[in-house]
Amino acid sequence: MSILICSETRVLVQGITGREGSFHTARMREYGTRIVGGVTPGREGEKVDGIPVYNTVKKACQETSANTSVIYVPHQFAPDAILEAADAGIELIVCITEGIPTLDMIKVCSYVNLKGSKLIGPNSPGVISPGKAKVGIMPAAIHKEGSVGVVSRSGTLTYEVVHNLTMNDLGQSTCLGIGGDPIIGSSFIDILSLFEEDPETKAIVLIGEIGGKDEEEAALFVRDKMSKPVVALVAGRCAPPGKRMGHAGAIISGGEGTAQEKIRAFEEASVPVAESPGNVVGIVRGELKLEPGR
Amino acid sequence: MKIYEYQAHEVFSSHGIPTPRMEVADTARKAEEIAKRFGRPVAVKAQVLVGGRGKAGGIKIAQNPGQAHEAASRILSSPLKGEPVRQVLIQEALKIKEEYYLGITLDRSRKSPVVMVSPAGGVEIEEVAKLTPQKIFKHYIHPLLGFQNYQATSLAFFLCENKERAREIAKVLTSLYRVFEELDSSLAEINPLVITADEQLYALDAKIIIDDNALYRHPELSLSRDTEIEDPRELKAKELGLSYVHLDGEIGCIVNGAGLAMATMDLVKRYGAEPANFLDIGGGASRDKVSSALDIVCSEEKVKVVLVNIFGGITRCDVVADGLMEAISRMRRDLPLVIRLSGTNEEEGRTKLCQTKAILAATMDEAARIAVREIKK
Repeated sequence: MSILICSETRVLVQGITGREGSFHTARMREYGTRIVGGVTPGREGEKVDGIPVYNTVKKACQETSANTSVIYVPHQFAPDAILEAADAGIELIVCITEGIPTLDMIKVCSYVNLKGSKLIGPNSPGVISPGKAKVGIMPAAIHKEGSVGVVSRSGTLTYEVVHNLTMNDLGQSTCLGIGGDPIIGSSFIDILSLFEEDPETKAIVLIGEIGGKDEEEAALFVRDKMSKPVVALVAGRCAPPGKRMGHAGAIISGGEGTAQEKIRAFEEASVPVAESPGNVVGIVRGELKLEPGR
Repeated sequence: MKIYEYQAHEVFSSHGIPTPRMEVADTARKAEEIAKRFGRPVAVKAQVLVGGRGKAGGIKIAQNPGQAHEAASRILSSPLKGEPVRQVLIQEALKIKEEYYLGITLDRSRKSPVVMVSPAGGVEIEEVAKLTPQKIFKHYIHPLLGFQNYQATSLAFFLCENKERAREIAKVLTSLYRVFEELDSSLAEINPLVITADEQLYALDAKIIIDDNALYRHPELSLSRDTEIEDPRELKAKELGLSYVHLDGEIGCIVNGAGLAMATMDLVKRYGAEPANFLDIGGGASRDKVSSALDIVCSEEKVKVVLVNIFGGITRCDVVADGLMEAISRMRRDLPLVIRLSGTNEEEGRTKLCQTKAILAATMDEAARIAVREIKK
């Protein structure tokens, strides 16, 4: 088991003929992901790497029984791509695209919700269930099968933490980035509840950052609803207020969303907080009651 | 992106929101002329993007054209909270009876716009929220339905019981919501909306912040983007596709990825030093991008050590090494460089950098420790 994706997941790539889309399609396939089709309007009948391309998501679903879609289309077209996937009944939509206007996203999220699809992102590195499937852009080699779930708002910071886990023989059930934008499809809570129900996941690493209140809400959720240990890491203790730190969503505004507040929320909920990426492994080991450096 | 008050007033006015008579001046003489033409007391308001303008002396009342000249010349002559003032707004002064707050922003958790009103106008809404939250009334707006009449009405009746006036306020709220949507705003605010002694209603102040991600839909607004007031390094970085935020410390940071960049800065601080900047070179950075990043970081005189932390996925460590070497070869200062390369092509990258004076670290933790040790030398 794992969450969101597994070896049976049938993946459609929206924007498969683009530079990013075709490059990452090849990487995902190498990893063993079942890529069943691609969508680029006007390119039906073509093949990318032997994978059939369709004009519409609906047609692609009919022909391939895809249940998951990953979106690599440019930001101007990405909201439409997400809506199309939701409308076609795709269960899981993973949006890699960065730079989608926020007011578009609130409408898109609302519609996706209405349709009962799950959206990860936008501005997400994707989802990987090591040894089973990869739907996204993360470097596959740093991952290893195991029982630690990793959920994050970041890309490379996640890789750093995952790399440390793997080097210390702590494999992962599923790792994902929920996206660095202010409005995203799935929150920490949505993912934590999936990890809580997943029998394979024994502990969870949550990587947050400044901006919004998602971490504070997650802290309360862990305290009230979760039995599995969660270890938190929060980036941005040095961030000045009012400045966007790379991610559109990483901004302290109106005195809200500081790393300090988030760390306090976790501590009050008895969730251990790692001081740095390097400390995560030690705390996870402690929570799993493993010998230090087994 | 913030826009100036006078620009926001123009938008409001074009959407039917009543605004007082006003004009922009860039010299004291013009300010005087405008005041003369208005023939009544005026407010002289600095046009800046920083907050807290009033408290910093950026708004003055002038009883006559002479005073307007004097006020404008004083405001235009010196920066306000570090921001140069190049224009003042001359606005007819009103006899104010009541002040309200009207604002629209986004609630991230609820993924919806929220329309807020308060009878405590003229005060920052965060302040009101903290001290007298009962004075704020809000409606969350369903993204697919939009702002409804009953919501505007109930918000207006929270502010006043007078039927006629409530109707006017509801109309302003509806227009404000249209502005919010049409301009892809993250904030549209009237603080205060005033009722004058003769029962007229005006938006005295105007604030709009536009979502940077939506600027491509508003070419007319990006043209108005004022390039001179932004930090020149931040501007240069933006042109190169780098994400840079200037801070005040001594350790310059170059990292790939926003989260990792923040975590690197945090680590610098943890080991007892202050980061000089946030800098994300993005994914798959080219050699040129990396060398420019190092140029920008080194151009800050306070920087004593540069810390490079790369976790290569799409980003290739050998390409990063090439870019760094290029910038090192033209570096005019003898700055210690501490470099950590991990991931895609790390061996090739490290081999290249062995030929330089750069200190290579195995982990991010070690790199931060060495960088801090170097400044304390």
